Amino acid sequence: MHNTSQTLTFVLIMTSIVALLLAVLQNGLKSKHDYNEALYSKKATIAAVANHLDVDFSSITSEQVTDIFDKQIVQHVLNADGDIVPPEKLEELGVKGGKAENLDLNKENKEEVDDRLLPLYIFTKSDGQKYYIVYSRGKGLWDEIWGNIALESDLNTIAGVSFDHKAETPGLGAEIKDNKAWVKQFIGKKLYAENGEFKSITVRKGGAKDPVYEVDAISGATITGDGVADMLEEDLIVYDPYFDKLKNK
Amino acid sequence: MADTAVIEKKEGLSFGKKERKLLTDPLSDNNPITVQVLGICSALAVTTGMKNAAVMAVAVVFVCLFANVITSGVRKMIPKSVRMIVQLIIIATLVTVVELVLKAYAFESYKQLSVFIGLIITNCIVMGRLEAFAMANRPYESALDGLGNGIGYGIILLIVAFFREFFGKGEIFGAKIIGATPDYMINTVESSIFGWYQPNNLMVLFPSAMFVIAIMIWAHRAWKPHLVDVS
Repeated sequence: MHNTSQTLTFVLIMTSIVALLLAVLQNGLKSKHDYNEALYSKKATIAAVANHLDVDFSSITSEQVTDIFDKQIVQHVLNADGDIVPPEKLEELGVKGGKAENLDLNKENKEEVDDRLLPLYIFTKSDGQKYYIVYSRGKGLWDEIWGNIALESDLNTIAGVSFDHKAETPGLGAEIKDNKAWVKQFIGKKLYAENGEFKSITVRKGGAKDPVYEVDAISGATITGDGVADMLEEDLIVYDPYFDKLKNK
Repeated sequence: MADTAVIEKKEGLSFGKKERKLLTDPLSDNNPITVQVLGICSALAVTTGMKNAAVMAVAVVFVCLFANVITSGVRKMIPKSVRMIVQLIIIATLVTVVELVLKAYAFESYKQLSVFIGLIITNCIVMGRLEAFAMANRPYESALDGLGNGIGYGIILLIVAFFREFFGKGEIFGAKIIGATPDYMINTVESSIFGWYQPNNLMVLFPSAMFVIAIMIWAHRAWKPHLVDVS
């Protein structure tokens, strides 16, 4: 019924139509996709200070997210020496608008620690209190996990965290994002020992023993939990030079 | 594609007993999940909450319907030797459309369903209907068949999700219903009839979907004994 050339023609025409259709759709919706992605990561950043907002975070609207980001948050990009990189220089490096929110965090994380650019968001609560939101990224069980950690103005006590993941198991590893009680545990924990040494937070199986430096692990999510601990330990220390400068000011 | 459909319309678009059967059969007697036992993997994966199940159901109805219509429309042009690949391209295109639209207009659901949207491509229901029905029937009948199968799948998805979300989280569509803390709508500790209810985390995990679907298949066959496979 069909010979080879007919088959080939059919397949060619068909794939061309499909390719054209998808390309048009992808391009048409691109601005909406970008907007959604940006809003999503802004929301994740704000989630770290969810308890200190003027609005209820669980029913926050996209306008409110943008509003808080514009009015209450100052964003900086730091280099490994703890200096703020000026926006003009960032533009040269290809960061759109020289803003931390446009950093390609995935790419930055693959750089050597010394070459890394770090996002920093300073959130000012309506009573004037400042919170420093830092970012860290690591590996869970299946794929990447990342989180925003808000520190109080002593740059030691954790004011709140929000974690996210690419492909952790729902109900197990994914609980680092979904389980509010687990995330709540981090509030009030401290990163540095009394002598100023960086201690980080340990995720302990069988229940936290140290009230200040440990949180309970999630049953069934050992590797994701360890991933969170590793990510905090390895990635928060890179902010150390900046914190030192800030403390010695 | 549309031209072929017009030429085919000799018999008219009546909605008689036969057509009704096409639409309603997959809802019960020939249900894709409980009777044909197809599409189980996604039924296990996306039924942790009713909202996700609903989005998934709508997506599958859409893909099923249009894949059936399009395949049926071009069925006489499709070379036999590449027909499976052509069907796959049609499905994959529709699924990508769904994915792009969800990403633009329902971003939260898109994030939560993540890979499972893409997996509609491998959902045996869609491919099964194309091969078994759309390749041999007119677009009109194929549309009914696709619609019926999509809805049949969606209904089961929602029922499974109801049990899993209700018992696993004490919620329905994300609204807290029963549980022990005051932020649940009814039966809090203070006015406790069901305040003792501790959400059962097992229901959120994948094995519970197996139990729920198995029980549903059992119940369905107990209700309609002629579905029992005697062999």
